[in-house]
Amino acid sequence: MTTDVITQEDVVIRFAGDSGDGMQITGSQFTETTAIVGNDLATFPDFPAEIRAPAGTRAGVSGFQIRFSSGDIFTPGDTPDVLVAMNPAALVVNYKDLKPGGIVIVNTDAFTEKDLAKAKMESSLLEDGTLSAFRVIKIDINTRVLQALEGSPLNKKDVLRCKNFYTLGLMYWLFSRPVEPTLEWLSAKFASKPDLIEANQMALRAGYNAGDIHEIFQGRFTVAPMADLPTGTYRNIMGNEALALGLATGADLADLKLFLGSYPITPATDILQYLAAMKSHGVVTAQMEDEIAGICTAIGASFTGKLGVTTTSGPGVALKSEAMGLAVMTELPLVIVNVQRAGPSTGMPTKVEQADLNQALYGRNSEAPIPVIACAAPSDAYDCAVEACRIAVEYMTPVMLLSDNYIANGAEPWRLPVVEELKPFKVSRHKDGETFHPYGRDERLVRPWATPGMPGLEHRIGGLEKEDLTGNVSYDPENHQKMVEQRLDKVMGIRKTIPTPQPTGAESGGVLVLGWGSTYGAIHTATARPEKPGQTVAHLHLRHIYPLPAGLEEIFARYDRILVPELNMGQLAKYLTSEYPQFRFETLNKVMGKPFKAAEIRIRVTKMLEEQS
Amino acid sequence: MNPAELKPRDFKSNQEVKWCPGCGDYAILNATQQTLAEIGIPRHQTVIVSGIGCSSRFPYYLDTYGFHSIHGRALAVATGVKTSNPDLSVWVATGDGDAMSIGGNHLIHTLRRNVDLNILMFNNEIYGLTKGQYSPTSPQGLKTKTSPFGSLDHPFHPIELALGAGATFVARTMDSQPKHMKKIMLAAAAHKGTSFVEIWQNCLIFNDGAFKNWTTKDMRDEHTIDLQPGQPMIYGTNGDKGMLMDCHGSQVVAPDKASIWDPSTPTPMPGFLMANLDRETDRPRAIGIFHDVEQETYDQAVNTQVQNVIDEKGEGSLKDLIYTPDTWTID
Repeated sequence: MTTDVITQEDVVIRFAGDSGDGMQITGSQFTETTAIVGNDLATFPDFPAEIRAPAGTRAGVSGFQIRFSSGDIFTPGDTPDVLVAMNPAALVVNYKDLKPGGIVIVNTDAFTEKDLAKAKMESSLLEDGTLSAFRVIKIDINTRVLQALEGSPLNKKDVLRCKNFYTLGLMYWLFSRPVEPTLEWLSAKFASKPDLIEANQMALRAGYNAGDIHEIFQGRFTVAPMADLPTGTYRNIMGNEALALGLATGADLADLKLFLGSYPITPATDILQYLAAMKSHGVVTAQMEDEIAGICTAIGASFTGKLGVTTTSGPGVALKSEAMGLAVMTELPLVIVNVQRAGPSTGMPTKVEQADLNQALYGRNSEAPIPVIACAAPSDAYDCAVEACRIAVEYMTPVMLLSDNYIANGAEPWRLPVVEELKPFKVSRHKDGETFHPYGRDERLVRPWATPGMPGLEHRIGGLEKEDLTGNVSYDPENHQKMVEQRLDKVMGIRKTIPTPQPTGAESGGVLVLGWGSTYGAIHTATARPEKPGQTVAHLHLRHIYPLPAGLEEIFARYDRILVPELNMGQLAKYLTSEYPQFRFETLNKVMGKPFKAAEIRIRVTKMLEEQS
Repeated sequence: MNPAELKPRDFKSNQEVKWCPGCGDYAILNATQQTLAEIGIPRHQTVIVSGIGCSSRFPYYLDTYGFHSIHGRALAVATGVKTSNPDLSVWVATGDGDAMSIGGNHLIHTLRRNVDLNILMFNNEIYGLTKGQYSPTSPQGLKTKTSPFGSLDHPFHPIELALGAGATFVARTMDSQPKHMKKIMLAAAAHKGTSFVEIWQNCLIFNDGAFKNWTTKDMRDEHTIDLQPGQPMIYGTNGDKGMLMDCHGSQVVAPDKASIWDPSTPTPMPGFLMANLDRETDRPRAIGIFHDVEQETYDQAVNTQVQNVIDEKGEGSLKDLIYTPDTWTID
């Protein structure tokens, strides 16, 4: 039997099912294989905070969206082409996002009266015409898996747990992906459980073969590998892993050992887990009793000559803020990572928001300037973590590194750095032969880092105001003024080491869309092509938020209007208004726990351009 | 370095000591300087960490490395210091408010981890630096500025708390007995693991005489029993009373019937029995060493684990970390 193979440039698939259906594994396996095929890709896992919400309910729906392409892409896509729904709840929660004419693949075995009731559905969407705009492919996945695994030593419940790999096999067939990478992954994953390897591999193959045998689909698709990727070595990377690797790299470039003091918190925990596995690189991780102990051990480690790091999310930063002030006062290197999530308070821990910018900039008592930098995408988290380490070590200062849920759990191909070309960082040490002053400063206002164990450099630091040079406790009014100013001037001096970011798109004219953090992909996509000839639009993205890079005024002045889309209520826009009062920063705010769709930004940009003309 | 080369004055910093005249802290500082000189660890290998409170000014007065951190967090900072360099001798000066109230969480977790730190907890049963509010060790009913009609809180018993948290070395001494203080500090320094030392310290401004029934010259011999490892449990002004311990508790007996004190039993029960004497108004209170057992320290364990992984897998390079087997190349 021959099947038509249709070449597509760009495909978005969303896998959706119950939290217990293994959708995150299904999605991440599809991602790994797609990376190997050589497509550009971006992913968006979206899951509930509950480990197992009641089975079959809407609250328990877990989703994983992947977009892959033969061209450059920057977001996981606004509207899926294909929705895989493993149960009624997954279908009802997701079908509205689907592209008209899109494909819905449903597991009909999960559409019993009982299943519909759990999803609070009065009638089956499969029967009532709701899905008439889509191509609905109905497959009795449970039945097929039971048939395929007949004779398996596993019990029925465990056999049915293989249904995600059946589904994955079917999708591999549909999109012409090889099954081998996942077969190998299963062998490694379940090395000590051969029954599970065999069952899941059989399910995967059965799903793949079903595409050939059963004529479920009218055709299959292929997405060609990216043609014009820059040369180099690539791997698929998630944001949290990239960030962990960046921290390890930063410590290495400073010739220091990394010490992570942390406390588990969604969505930052992965970073602790990745670093905990890096012991052969001399990385020490301490899972402490609370957030405060996390940062305080890191400060103690930095005092002792390690590169101290603490990782957390917004609520954890709130707890750490007093200790962050201590790091400002003691002028020790420290990297504080905030993987932001929707708030306030506990908020929506597994959902994205970038509303901790104010906290990063201002969330401490008194005058406590801390450099702030923000990652724009999963692979950018690597570069930003390296940069955070550079600033911390070169300037003897705590640094706040902002990521978010969308970056943390998203994946994309990462062009690996050439390790030999990475530039080492210079640590500020006391020079032999000179008089040692714990709070003496070089021309950049950086104090020397003398650590316990160094003879002759014994000194005391702490949270009380320091006397200039000696570091002794001082309540002298002039000294306090001077020290506050020096701490500020030191941090502002970092600006000299930051390049001015350059906008992409039009060099001047209509609308400049200005962003920071994980809105990068959506803004980039939205501004890539103006709709009408003559319309001019550009994108500028900020990595360094405090201090801001020099030269932004000249860029802002070249455009008629500036739009700042943010997943908050306008925090960057307000900050920029106070820094650059001569410009008007228009806002586009979304706080739904979801990233921007490129279209949402594009609609606004188009409207602004039309108002101009 | 030859220990004899170090003198207590070598550990005195050039900073003016600023405690109230007559404060018990002066005696503790002297005993610490004598102890540090006697153990002979060089000044640059010694770190004093503190939190906030009167006691926490300690680092400024010792010419070693020092870190005056923030309220309650000294133990977390010290854990980072010791874990990052286990060769250092790390001391923590803290108080009943700093260690048992705002820093209570770090105290219990430091004790259970057994980080090799020497904790000197100055207990004066009051908040001194904030000028006289009740503390977590203040007796119920204590009238202070924030409890004008008497404190309602039930106090912590520091020795019991430390034993309950799994401390491997627990001892008690007092500011009015410098020799005893030094003896206990030397034992704390010799112990590998967290050494928790409660020091009864008199705050003569806000809680004068809190411990006078046990610390003054005319009272202490009769009202305290010094728990000395391997020694018979004898007390009294004329050494005329003994303590007999059995599975039911303890009782006063003739000196020749007294038990031999052994703080090194794996169970902390004997220590608990002695700590429990605090609750009985007609019994002496125990000082000395309540518990002293060996256990692997956290700082050693962390670094040993790193070394074991390096020995097993080889020292990782940055390239290995980044260039994993699942890469692909575009030419």
